[in-house]
Amino acid sequence: MSLSPVEGVALAEIESPDEGDDSGRTEFVGRSPGQLALARLKRDRTALISGGLLAFFVLVALAVPLIEALYGVGPKEQFQNRLDGYGMPLGYAGGVTGEHWFGLEPGLGRDIFIRMVHGLRTSLFIAFAAAVLTAVIGVTLGTLAGYLGGWLDTVINWITDLTLAMPFLIIALALMPTVALRFYGQREAVPAYFQIGVLIAIFALFGWTGTARLVRGQIIALREREFVEAARASGAGLGHMLFRQLLPNAWAPILVAFSLAVPQYITSEAALSFIGVGLTDETPSFGRMIYRSLDYLQTDPAYVFFPGITIFALVFAFNLFGDALRDALDPKSSR
Amino acid sequence: MSAEAEPLLSVRGLTRHFPVRQGFRARGAVRAVDGLDFDVRPGETLGLVGESGCGKTTTGRMLVRLLEPTAGSISFAGRDITHAKRGELRGLRQDLQIIFQDPYASLNPRHTVGRIVAMPLQVNRITPPGGIKHRVQELLELVGLNPEHYNRYPHEFSGGQRQRIGIARALALKPKLIVADEPVSALDVSIQAQVINLLRTLQRDLDLAFVFIAHDLAVVRHFCHRVAVMYLGKIVEIGDRDTIYTHPQHPYTRALLSAIPDVTTLGPAGRIRLTGDVPTPLNPPSGCRFRTRCWKATDRCAAEEPALTVRDGGGQLTACHHPESGPVGVPTGETVEVSP
Amino acid sequence: MGRSEAVPSGEPDRPEVPEQRSGDGPYLQVRDLRVRFDTEDGVVKAVDGVSFAVERGRTLGVVGESGSGKSVTSLAILGLHNAKRTTISGEISVGGRQLVGRGEEEIRRLRGRDMAMIFQDPLSALHPYYSVGKQIAEAYRVHHPGAGRREARARAVDMLGRVGIPQPARRFDQFPHEFSGGMRQRAMIAMALVNDPDLLIADEPTTALDVTVQAQILDLLADLQEEFRSAIVLITHDLGVVSQVADDVLVMYAGRAVEHGSVARVLRAPQHPYTWGLLSSVPSLHGDADADLLPIPGNPPSLINLPSGCAFHPRCRWAGVNGDRSRTEVPELREAGVPGHLVACHLSAGDRERIYRDEVARVGVAR
Ligand SMILES: Nc1ncnc2c1ncn2[C@@H]1O[C@H](COP(=O)(O)OP(=O)(O)OP(=O)(O)O)[C@@H](O)[C@H]1O
Ligand SMILES: Nc1ncnc2c1ncn2[C@@H]1O[C@H](COP(=O)(O)OP(=O)(O)OP(=O)(O)O)[C@@H](O)[C@H]1O
Ligand code: SF4
Ligand code: SF4
Ligand SMILES: [Mg+2]
Ligand SMILES: [Mg+2]
Repeated sequence: MSLSPVEGVALAEIESPDEGDDSGRTEFVGRSPGQLALARLKRDRTALISGGLLAFFVLVALAVPLIEALYGVGPKEQFQNRLDGYGMPLGYAGGVTGEHWFGLEPGLGRDIFIRMVHGLRTSLFIAFAAAVLTAVIGVTLGTLAGYLGGWLDTVINWITDLTLAMPFLIIALALMPTVALRFYGQREAVPAYFQIGVLIAIFALFGWTGTARLVRGQIIALREREFVEAARASGAGLGHMLFRQLLPNAWAPILVAFSLAVPQYITSEAALSFIGVGLTDETPSFGRMIYRSLDYLQTDPAYVFFPGITIFALVFAFNLFGDALRDALDPKSSR
Repeated sequence: MSAEAEPLLSVRGLTRHFPVRQGFRARGAVRAVDGLDFDVRPGETLGLVGESGCGKTTTGRMLVRLLEPTAGSISFAGRDITHAKRGELRGLRQDLQIIFQDPYASLNPRHTVGRIVAMPLQVNRITPPGGIKHRVQELLELVGLNPEHYNRYPHEFSGGQRQRIGIARALALKPKLIVADEPVSALDVSIQAQVINLLRTLQRDLDLAFVFIAHDLAVVRHFCHRVAVMYLGKIVEIGDRDTIYTHPQHPYTRALLSAIPDVTTLGPAGRIRLTGDVPTPLNPPSGCRFRTRCWKATDRCAAEEPALTVRDGGGQLTACHHPESGPVGVPTGETVEVSP
Repeated sequence: MGRSEAVPSGEPDRPEVPEQRSGDGPYLQVRDLRVRFDTEDGVVKAVDGVSFAVERGRTLGVVGESGSGKSVTSLAILGLHNAKRTTISGEISVGGRQLVGRGEEEIRRLRGRDMAMIFQDPLSALHPYYSVGKQIAEAYRVHHPGAGRREARARAVDMLGRVGIPQPARRFDQFPHEFSGGMRQRAMIAMALVNDPDLLIADEPTTALDVTVQAQILDLLADLQEEFRSAIVLITHDLGVVSQVADDVLVMYAGRAVEHGSVARVLRAPQHPYTWGLLSSVPSLHGDADADLLPIPGNPPSLINLPSGCAFHPRCRWAGVNGDRSRTEVPELREAGVPGHLVACHLSAGDRERIYRDEVARVGVAR
């Protein structure tokens, strides 16, 4: 019997999976690290519950026109006839009835449920758009800085530091009204899409630094890895290096950063709208609703309750899911 | 593999210094590799041995052009490639490949084995007859892996199998010379032996030349035709395997050989104990770099750097003013105490 | 804390081990140790019923393939496993004290004072932000609360000098990255020895080093052992190292002990086919350099889906000698000819002797 290594391997392969039943056969397919992470995610109860909740919220946001049609009430319709003389909704719990599931707003008498559904859509749209934009800017700059290094790295780092030094709130407070004034003047009403666009732009402008640093660090660490050097030694060009070797190994932290950025933008949008520089009353949004509801904290607590609990659930679910995602992608961190 | 054959790889005065900065000011340089001369003939294996940090990896990386030399020249198949750019290297890359030490870090965890082995073909836009997949499966079979494993991921393989994948990747372009940087250091003896046998078979069958970097002299003995011993960025002795292992002339080579723990002797072996400071490449000793640990050092060693030449009728080149002669001693069971 | 549990041993009549029984009996005693990890892919049986003992002043070499459970065993002795994902059963007694099932706090107190470990990777064991000397002094002060800063510093400098670091007083304030690989390893050893531990576990202390430095470190361990009469467990896969420093050898395969005995017996008259394979795959410094090496064919098994019977059977050339037995029945560790020399293999003593003489020794082992 020869002991050549080639035969040895063949031997082990024929003989070892004999009692492995069918697992011996499925092994040939191979599970990618991504598939493994997905499998881990599926076994994680927190991830399943928070993921399910998020899927529900997203579905609701996507189905707004349908919900509105079925519900039969628009976000701007006022039901003054259901308010009492002081403008408070008639009935219990802020006017909760079969037609108005979450009751009515005091004062204007608009339906809270349908405004919340619209607000959810606005919130999620702004947050997702800002997170995508952030990720694109951050990944691009981080990759360039990390891979090419040299003066480009210095410049990008410098811009990052500069951005981090800018006070977000003050600039947002100063910028939002100024930009609106510049484009629409004193009289004209500022259209909702413009406000939303400016919000997204401001978030992206301030938010990319984290992702850029993260990606830069990842790329620098990967650049020295031997599999990257093997590609370089074979004469691979920039495109292959970036898109085949480096980025596929960096997407896990990028994804985690993305999933944690979304809830942050949801709260920021609410906060800005709350202090009056975000969206106006025209556009249904969580921030505005909570702001208006605070006047009625004593007299109509239900008005605060519904938007408050929803935004809490939304942000909480996002954060839980982000953490679960991190654990699934990098199982060692939790060991 | 006649001695007169034109060298495939010819290295002259190869040097690499790494600047050390503190703040903005340069504070000298790590003289990692300092003036190497050697040739590798087609189909020949040259072992590069020496202690950790003596510049073996740096040399290997310069040979495959992953690192720019500070000075000196590298010519391959008659062409000077010392400062060749990526575009000019296209044809050469195919002839010159590298195998890495770490079987875990050297494979992209997100690529299937098929993609990893096909990578050199793809980046060079080569479509072999029969298609890429066919060629990859051929390569997997060549290195003793099951070609059905084409779609598996690296994490599903053991260390030895991963090293085979790395070897298959290096073979994809049918190179003439492979730089193998400690290809078996991370493997267990039993698996190490498999991989060495594999490399030997490939070397014979495909007539490959190797620069084989290792710190295990027993492994080098089983793989290399010639051996170069490095110390602190310089070659201190180079010659045929049998000469180096049986009649080493440089004191450092002797110390190295005597320090290998040998299974065939039980208990503390007779070995040359080196004492004295291990110098740093940031500030190497004057004259002979080994003199801080050498038991034969004299004033001449501090004043004058020994040249790498034939000494006292030895068959090898040795850089030492007071070369040893005679065969290496068989371990005797007692320790030779030396002090500088 | 944790789910580590002391499983009652099979022998009901064993008397309670009295506390502080040092002096008589082996210093470290491990009986039927089992360590399991719960992972996504299934339960990893990393250590599966291993027993051994080390007396003071003696060195046990543990050899085996990568992944055979060597490091897991040593971490279990030191109580360093994450209790959440690990199940440990069996008995570990150090200086007469039973460790499995004890609280983390108690084991922590023993760790560093009575037992210390030298890790495989010195860079990860030394903290990059503190000077080497400070870390050693800190390790001393943890177990000598009365010691002042001065005393601890003097002790650390002394230790650095003892492990052969030149100019220890000056080196005290340097950081790990300013040390070379060999010096870092020595600093680790200095830290492990600063409290004169009675038990030292060295997990591949020299694998990352080159032979000249390795030789120095092995000498150092031998000197220190002579001085303090410590019990040493030396984990390695370098049989050359074992032959030089060990008194006894434990050969592990796939989490189980397959051969155990004195170094002279195991290396000179090996009994287990896996040990034969290990010995023949070592490239030799003598003999024919152009001959092919004789590796063990195949690959290490998966610890989740262990081969049935003798875990080595898919790679063993003699698996068929006893019919189906190697495939179906796990061989027990039994005495092989000489007292204290144990082997887990179904081959009969006669077969083993014949095979070793005719098929193994002639071609490979100890060429
Ligand atoms: N990028 C770098 N910057 C600064 N110094 C470096 C760099 N790369 C290597 N060096 C230094 O150059 C010297 C030689 O390093 P090299 O990696 O070539 O050693 P080696 O012989 O391969 O050692 P080992 O056996 O440990 O792999 C070392 O002193 C090392 O610290
Ligand atoms: N925390 C853990 N969770 C799951 N599996 C583990 C864990 N730690 C170790 N293992 C597994 O246990 C087995 C034994 O590992 P161990 O580190 O003891 O091997 P070893 O014999 O020390 O090998 P090496 O020579 O490579 O150091 C391996 O298969 C390893 O993958
Ligand atoms: S030149 Fe001098 S110091 Fe150098 S190796 Fe020879 S004898 Fe030793
Ligand atoms: S029990 Fe059988 S398979 Fe296991 S080592 Fe012995 S002969 Fe080989
Ligand atoms: Mg190296
Ligand atoms: Mg280990």
